[in-house]
Amino acid sequence: MLIGFRTLLYKETLRFWKVSFQTVAAPVLTAMLYLMIFSHVLEGHVQVHGVPYSTFLIPGLVMMSALQNAFANSSSSLIQSKVTGSVVFVLLPPISYVEFFLAYVLAAILRGLMVALGVLLVTMWFVVPTFAAPWWILMFIVVGGGIMGTLGMVAGIWADKFDQLAGFQNFLIMPLTMLSGVFYSIHSLPEFWQRVSRFNPVFYMIDGFRFGFFGVSDVPPETSLAVLATSFLLVSAATLALLRSGYKLRS
Amino acid sequence: MRIAVAIDRVEKRFGSLQALDDVSLQIAEGEFFGLLGPNGAGKTTLISCLAGLARPDAGRLVVMGNDVVKNYRAARRLLGVVPQELVFDPFFSVRETLRIQSGYFGIRNNDDWIDEILANLDLTAKADTNMRRLSGGMKRRVLVAQALVHKPPVIVLDEPTAGVDVELRQGLWQFVRRLNGDGHTVILTTHYLEEAEALCGRIAMLKQGRVVALDSTRNLLAGCAGQTLELRLARSATLPQALRARATASDGKWTFTLASLLDIEPLLASLREAGCVIDDLRLTHTDLEDVFLGVMQNGGSVPC
Repeated sequence: MLIGFRTLLYKETLRFWKVSFQTVAAPVLTAMLYLMIFSHVLEGHVQVHGVPYSTFLIPGLVMMSALQNAFANSSSSLIQSKVTGSVVFVLLPPISYVEFFLAYVLAAILRGLMVALGVLLVTMWFVVPTFAAPWWILMFIVVGGGIMGTLGMVAGIWADKFDQLAGFQNFLIMPLTMLSGVFYSIHSLPEFWQRVSRFNPVFYMIDGFRFGFFGVSDVPPETSLAVLATSFLLVSAATLALLRSGYKLRS
Repeated sequence: MRIAVAIDRVEKRFGSLQALDDVSLQIAEGEFFGLLGPNGAGKTTLISCLAGLARPDAGRLVVMGNDVVKNYRAARRLLGVVPQELVFDPFFSVRETLRIQSGYFGIRNNDDWIDEILANLDLTAKADTNMRRLSGGMKRRVLVAQALVHKPPVIVLDEPTAGVDVELRQGLWQFVRRLNGDGHTVILTTHYLEEAEALCGRIAMLKQGRVVALDSTRNLLAGCAGQTLELRLARSATLPQALRARATASDGKWTFTLASLLDIEPLLASLREAGCVIDDLRLTHTDLEDVFLGVMQNGGSVPC
């Protein structure tokens, strides 16, 4: 059953795996550079949530890399196949829009997980992390990756050219992920910016994910998960409606 | 005769452009059907509507009893479409591409049939080559192979021989003819009119989104008066007054349309009596190109 869906998921996974040097190894290297620079500057001077700075930084870096790559996976796969025209190969077969949606989002989550695993393994060389609540870790990365993979689909379907997609990525996804509390606890921010941060869904992804490592967070993890599950349902419903209408895919 | 494809009063607009204007066609199972027309006539739009790549604004398209919108899964399983653009997925080898395409249609373990298609399209040696490394002609063959992985009873080829060398074109037609002989319905659009004339049993001509001619290839050819005679006179002499009304002149050449070959003898006799010396003479049969040009120039109402 569902051979069409499974094949599309397999193809989307194989696609990034075949270029894993660029899709997995490169983001792992980037995360390691962040860790080396920030821990060099701040280690010994700063403690957050009662742990040394680099220990605090690692979970946020893992999650940020996973989220950015989940977005990159679905968006770049779609825009590439649209620009080259090979998108017809997935539009001609009897694949429903729900299967289409699930295959792209699951592949995005998988890429996020691969990158997260890579970053975690490399950073273990610096600091061995604690896993206070592993199930929260897994739940947050799956829901967070799902939201970003879905947003990636929207961006990939909407953009006609690579520079439009780059705009989406640089002016929306990058600020949202960088200003989500990866590098700091939002309690260190002025009152106003603390309140602004609470409108950033990525903040809840990072905060809840970090709870899984330390058992400490800015917001209770149940609240974060509820915010994210609601967001996921909303963006999924909107994306499914987009796919159902054939927007920019079926004229 | 069962109907393979029924197109009923289909309309499609892109902004102010009426791409398809009340198009109706019925194609029987086992037919080799040609869809001709100049660029922008709506051929590809019609195929896109049939394949679910575009949605008609009005009307209905049915593939072997399955509405392409309401019952799209069944309809798409019955269709194999070779797209016009030379597209490919650069991440995969030929065999991977075909296995993935089989999976999209719900088929696993399709290697026996894949091997057969590869052999028929002369691609066996390239099975494990990455798509990026193939020549244009080879990529075109893979597109044909991709359309056939699920053994579709209806095959749609949208200009499959554009930019393809003679050898491949011959091989491709041999293969498609055999598929047609095995009972597959084939719908073909092409710019090569001699190709359509040789292959298609029936032809529809489209112009500005409307069907302007629809008949068997034989009837279309017969509808145009049989032969034309072209001649050039020595020393650029002009025709005798009596003959001038029957001929059209261009570039120093005179062209006569003949109802039958029996008209040649009296024509030549009158030229001889007028003292004209013939420098060059050519007899040509009407081909589909004449029919096509006639239909397109006359607004399509009357052929030739």
